This record gives sequence, C-alpha cells and structure tokens, in this order.
Amino acid sequence: MNNTALSRSKELQIKAEEIRRRVIEIIYSAKGGHTGGSLSSVDLQTLLYFHVLNIDPQQPDMPGRDRFILSKGHSVEALYATLAARGFVSQETLDTYGQYNSPLAGHPTKKTPGVELNSGALGHGLSVGVGMAIGARMSGMHYRTFVLMGDGEQGEGSIYEAAMAAGHYQLGSLVAIIDRNTLQISGRTEEVMGLEPMRERWSSFGWEVQEVDGNDMDALLATFGALDFRNQVPKLIIARTVKGKGVSFMEDGAKWHHGVPSEEQYKTAIAEINERIKRLQS
Amino acid sequence: MSNTIPCRKMFTDTLLELAQQDPEIVAVTTDARGSVTLDAFAQQLPGQFVELGIAEQNAVGVAAGLASVGKKTFVCGPACFYVARSLEQVKVDVAYSANPVKILGVSGGVSYGALGFSHHSLHDIAVLRTFPTIQVVLPSDARQTRRLVQQLVDYPHPVYVRVGRNAVPDVYGDDDFSFTIGKANKLTDGNDITLIGTGETVWHCLQAATRLKEQGVAARVIDMHTLKPFDSEAVLEALRETGTILTVEEHSVSGGLGSCVAELMAQEGMGKLKILGIPDEAPIHAKPLEIFHHYGIDADGIYTSALALLGK
Repeated sequence: MNNTALSRSKELQIKAEEIRRRVIEIIYSAKGGHTGGSLSSVDLQTLLYFHVLNIDPQQPDMPGRDRFILSKGHSVEALYATLAARGFVSQETLDTYGQYNSPLAGHPTKKTPGVELNSGALGHGLSVGVGMAIGARMSGMHYRTFVLMGDGEQGEGSIYEAAMAAGHYQLGSLVAIIDRNTLQISGRTEEVMGLEPMRERWSSFGWEVQEVDGNDMDALLATFGALDFRNQVPKLIIARTVKGKGVSFMEDGAKWHHGVPSEEQYKTAIAEINERIKRLQS
Repeated sequence: MSNTIPCRKMFTDTLLELAQQDPEIVAVTTDARGSVTLDAFAQQLPGQFVELGIAEQNAVGVAAGLASVGKKTFVCGPACFYVARSLEQVKVDVAYSANPVKILGVSGGVSYGALGFSHHSLHDIAVLRTFPTIQVVLPSDARQTRRLVQQLVDYPHPVYVRVGRNAVPDVYGDDDFSFTIGKANKLTDGNDITLIGTGETVWHCLQAATRLKEQGVAARVIDMHTLKPFDSEAVLEALRETGTILTVEEHSVSGGLGSCVAELMAQEGMGKLKILGIPDEAPIHAKPLEIFHHYGIDADGIYTSALALLGK
C-alpha cells in the first residue's frame, strides 16, 4: 500500500470513528436505538459514502447516482450519522433523532435526503436493488446498486428469490453486502438458525463472493477497489464484523442489539472513541 | 351488448399499445404471462418485460426498484397472491415508500371459482385501503379498464387494480362516458334506493335496477370503481336524495365497499344500509356466477334484497 492509499485509509478511519461517536451520542440522547448493528456497520457505511458511491449531497436525486439501500434498516443511526457527516442532512437535524416528530424516523425513510427506500422490514432491500439494477440496464445507465443486509436478516426467504433473479439476469452492477457480525437479537446466528455455508449458498445462486474484515478499512478499500464492474456477475461481500465494534464493553454481545448506554457507559464509550481518534490523528 | 374480451386482456392489450410508444413502460410478472395475458407483450417488447418466476415477494420489490428509478412499472399476476404472499412488499416497498407501482391483480374475487379459498381474493379492498398512499380501483367492464390503463401510465401514485378472469358484459355500451380515478359514476337516476356496486357487481346492479323499475321502484346505480380515494360526496348525495343504500361487492362483507359506506353513514348519522358480499366463510366450490348467486350478489339477489330493504 502506497502513502496515498495509507493516508486515504487513515482519513476514512478517522471519519468512521467520528461517525461512531455521533452514533453513540444520538442513541444516548434518544434513549433508544440499535446500537450493536449500527456500530458493526459504521466502517462499511463510511467507506461507501466517503469513498465508493458516486453521489452528490447537493443533488441527492442526481439521476446517474449510485444507489445504496440499507436493507438492515435498524442500523439507521449509523446511516443518519454518515449522511450528516457527508452533508446530506445537517448535524442539527441529526440531533433531533428520537425527539417528538423528528424528521428522522427509527428506520430509514425517503424523507431523509440520500435515502432511497423506506426500510425496516427485513428481506426487502435486495429485491428493490435488483429492480434498480435492471432499470439501469434498461436505460443504458451505468450507476451501481449497493445493498447492505444483516446476517440475521438472511433468514428471510425473499432474499433468495432476489439472489436467484440477480444471478438469472446477470446483474454485474449489483453489490450485496452482509454485515456478518454473527449475532442477532436472540443470540448467535448459528444457534438461532444456521446460515453457513454462506459463501457456497451464494455462489450456487451465481454470485461472485468475497470475504473481508468489515471493520478493517485497509481491507475494505482493497476489496471494494478490486470489484470488477465489467463482468456480468452479481457480487456479494461477506463483511466479517464485530457487533458493537469500537466500544469495548459493547463488542460481541447480543444484549447491545438495542441496548442504550447509561451515563457512565456513555462517557466511557465516548472517551474510548476520542482516544482512538487522537491516536489516528497523531 | 355482450363483450368477449376479459378485462385482464383489455388491460394488457392497452398496456402493450401504450408501451410500444413509451419505452419507460415496464411489465413485471411471476410465471403468469398466460393468466395475465402478457404473452404478446413479452414477445413484442422483451426489453420492457421482466419475468421473475414464481416469486411474488421478489416481484413486488423489483417493481418498486424499477419504479424508483423512473420506470412506469406494472406488476401483473393473480390478485390472490399479490395481496397476500407479497403483502409486506406492497405495504413497505410500494405504499410506504410511495413508489408509484401499478399492481394488476387478475382473476380477483371468486374468479377462480371451485379452485377454492387459496385462490380467492376477498380481502384485498379491506387490507389495501388501510395502507397510506396506495389507491384501489376495480373497473366494471372492458371499456372502463382501457380508460383506466390510459390514466395509470403517468399516474404519480401507487395503485392496485383488481379485475376478474372471465369476460364481463358491458356496463358502458360505447366510449361516451367519463372516467376519473376517485370519482364515482352515476349510471342511472332514481330516488327510491341507491345500488352501489364495484367491479363485476356493477352490471348486476344495473340488471336489478331494470327489474326494480318494472315493480315501480326507481333505483339509482352507482359504479364505485375506485375504493380509495373514496368518493364520499357521491354517497352523501345518494343518501340525501334516496335515503336507502344497498352495496354489492365480490369481497368479504367486512372491510370493503359496504364498510366504506357504513363508516360514512355512521359518522353522518343518516340513512339505511344493507351490505351484500361474501360472509365470513370460505365460499362454496362452484363457478363464479354460481357463487355470486349463492351469496345473493347477482341480479336476482340484489333485486330481492332491494325489495326487502324497502319493505316491499
């Protein structure tokens, strides 16, 4: 990795930590939210919005923009904090999260600039993404469609209907990402309902599958940078992540799926993140 | 007067005609190109046609995605599946996300006759009228269906359309009639009673009105083709002028046309009402018109119920 790439990675890591801090702030202030899955996916959402997606906060409806769907809509705090950092919504608006009649709902809605689909019910995003990708091809446009799903979400059968269609229609512009943090609300995914072998399942539907450490910005940059959009194969990235990533006492615990920190925990979490930002900046 | 073109075919023939001039029109289906009558569309415009196999949930989601990127999207298949199997996609991806998808539910109501309750859609009005943004239309004949499709292409809201399987007699004998989504059509004047039908029951209301006239009863007939948005004014006017309403629907007696009228009347505190429809049971196994007759939603049943309601 050359110096430019190194500094790009560091820049994104700092951005991700700042977003992570905002996630904790808004969940603490709202006294509610889906903490664990937001934190596990912060690095992915940061990478997408600050490095991968062709988007313009000044023109959120730009026709040729890349599409992003947060199919695991409950990780909305990470999405809102990312959209605010990227300039789609103001930081003041972000602070209204959880307040009476806030424009920011507890799951994404199109009322928020930059959001493409009202989500929240699981197993929907990939089908909508298939429709967007087919629509791009029909119109001769070259935008790409990215869909971020949860691993617990993989229990929804409609996902495999969509996976089948994407393979059938050879949708090379479609990228699905699974936030593989191995936990869902009731516990370990493999104990609730086994999802493995994930790679083989998706390969058999005609997808190109890659695995990556989803909390490692260097690895994410390399994996997304190597995606070949010239081929006609839909792409799945299994991003191995840690639920609650970045706050030591929240990491890898199902109880933080929608756990809200106490004042003391809040202070500890913010201090940990601030410490990491300081280290990254030095 | 008799018509041999089923509404589903009139719908898809009109859609094909419009799609030949408008490349943004897209038809989506779920291994139902035969039952929907989309074969010609698929053959002539393969680039505007998306087959998704037997996967209604995916089809509705894909349709939402297509609509969100600007395609004038019609997802077409049996009504019974789109408003049950894929109901959450209709609720979230289409209605809640306000993607202006047009859902064509064919062979609706009891069209599949003896195939049984799995294939009936007697709940669709009840369910869909509680979803914000989506509109609900049941055209009464082939000519009105054609007019509806012409309006739907650039219509900015999601719409669910239900049509039957078999050809139905003409309600509109020629093209000289008005049609606007959300605006009921008064077909006959009369101040003794109002018969309100929707979809295929409208023709039966007209037949009953003719027979009632022979008994000296002047029945007003209203074609309530749109259930949502509901034309309350047409009902209130009928109440003021006739005082008595009989609603007739190929739908459960709960939550459909009759309920729309009842809710209005209860809140306005006026009038007398009888709701005809399918009771809370899986309908008998028979041909569609036999089912209509069994539950009294054909001309005979409407005639008898109207006289009883008027105490004659």
